[in-house]
Amino acid sequence: MTTLNEELPLARKKRLDNKYAYFLVLPALAPVLILSVVPLLNGIYLGFTDARAGLNQETNFTGLENYTELLSNDLFWSSFKIGLIWAFSVTILQFLAALGLALLLNLNLRLRWLTRTLALVPWAMPPVIVGIMWQLVYHPDAGLVNEALYRVGLGDLSTNWLGDFSTALPAVIVVGVWAGMPQTTVVLLAGLQGVPAELNEAASVDGAGTWRRFWSITLPQLRPVIVAITSLDFIWNFNSFGLVYVLTTGGPGGKTMLPMLFAYEEAFKYGHFGTAAAMGNAMVLIIVVLLFFYLRRRMREVNA
Amino acid sequence: MSRLRSPKRKRSPKRKAARFLQYLALVGYLAFLSFPLLWMLSTSFKTPREVVELHPSLIPRDPTLDNYTTAFTQQHLARAAWNSLQVSVGAAVLTVVIALPAAYALARVRSKVNTVATAWILLSQLFPFILLVIPLFIILKGAGLTNSLFGLVLVYVTWSLPFALWMLQGFVRGIPRELEEAAAMDGASKFQTLVRIVAPLLAPGVVAVTLFAFISSWNEFFFALVLLKRPELATLPLELAKFVGIEGIARLGPLAAGSLMATIPSLIFFAFLQRRLTSGGLAGAVKG
Repeated sequence: MTTLNEELPLARKKRLDNKYAYFLVLPALAPVLILSVVPLLNGIYLGFTDARAGLNQETNFTGLENYTELLSNDLFWSSFKIGLIWAFSVTILQFLAALGLALLLNLNLRLRWLTRTLALVPWAMPPVIVGIMWQLVYHPDAGLVNEALYRVGLGDLSTNWLGDFSTALPAVIVVGVWAGMPQTTVVLLAGLQGVPAELNEAASVDGAGTWRRFWSITLPQLRPVIVAITSLDFIWNFNSFGLVYVLTTGGPGGKTMLPMLFAYEEAFKYGHFGTAAAMGNAMVLIIVVLLFFYLRRRMREVNA
Repeated sequence: MSRLRSPKRKRSPKRKAARFLQYLALVGYLAFLSFPLLWMLSTSFKTPREVVELHPSLIPRDPTLDNYTTAFTQQHLARAAWNSLQVSVGAAVLTVVIALPAAYALARVRSKVNTVATAWILLSQLFPFILLVIPLFIILKGAGLTNSLFGLVLVYVTWSLPFALWMLQGFVRGIPRELEEAAAMDGASKFQTLVRIVAPLLAPGVVAVTLFAFISSWNEFFFALVLLKRPELATLPLELAKFVGIEGIARLGPLAAGSLMATIPSLIFFAFLQRRLTSGGLAGAVKG
């Protein structure tokens, strides 16, 4: 319908519009490029150098030296081990707790609104404040946990939860679960609401019980959501910093020294920028490898 | 009749038991979620003497508001709150001012930038902050922007921008293009169309994104910890974290009070979002 005469100016106008668009987009791209993308690439590069804090420091490319050094450092190994224990436990417990809560919230129970509201509070709290709050809860003398144990006659079990070598990591993991549960719950709840009701009804008519329906319908339907949220949770947990920093600063005796805390100390306590960046690179590598295997397995299950 | 009814009767005790277990689980969750909060609330109303008593109770004996006044007057918390407010408002406003035109342009003109922004949001999750913060520290130090609230604002803006862009684009797409075209037909200039037609329709989205940028800055700890070393510049999370270990048990009351007050902005934000978050509004987002 359009004649050639009409088409030409239109095309030119479109090009003008595009120019105009880039003019509008540039202010948003420039800061992200200058203060996120470039520093990040630079950070990855620093992991292969001997960069140090301070003025007039020369930075030399040292290849894999940082990594061989890290591999012979006991603290590095222990912080990775602790980081993996922390990330796996928190992610798994968080997922199980959130799945239970999401299933409950999906039923028509009384008190649902209260639970729903309360379940969001940990999400709203700054991680630093979650840490402070649990400091109060775990406090050896004035804390809730020890007092509760005393009241039910288990006072002998009371201890300095965050200060004791054997209880510090589990205590911190509980806080991680508390803090991360809401986000996972919300995502799983959204997933549950996306499961077609007809499927459940049909299965019900065919005589499938609640348990059976959960295993054969709900879980398979939720699988994509579960894979997505557990992957993200794992990354977030493995990279987390503020919560544990406030709770223990990595103590006692390095028992809760997550990789990020280790890297932070290397960089800003000892000034070893290169080593800290190398640590960051190693963390990315670990996550990518783990995600690769996890996602590949899930893919196979879907295809099978 | 009786034959029809009997299986129903048989099932009902089983069903009752199931219901009972469900409520039991729900109460368990309620306790786990709420007790830490209640404990902090209770500590914030306790007198200094009651806080250090060996067998504390959940309900304060003589509730007092002293901790709240102490937190504000003696702990530099007011100063820290003011710093946090400046940084968060600055970051939120700057984020939206930069993101809004860009989001509009990206939503209206087909472009690869969109895909790149989304990819960046996902990819950036992968990298631990340490990789970003060291070069940032070096850059900002070179520019004289460490120990500067403005430097921190810049960092927060770049960190909120990709997500803000992505969110705002969704809101722009929700406004039918025909509305703008109709206005243009009626002789409105591009600028008039934007101000009179697009802006009012976009307002809820802008509010949501502003709040998001505000809260992420308000809660942020790691960058502030690295970039701000002068005590008088400390933001709220920094100031609160500072008096955890050092000041010991006597300060628990004001610490609890200050922490509670620092949570209020985020709570308001989440109250605002609550309905959307749990009523399944997110289902679409998750399923893409």
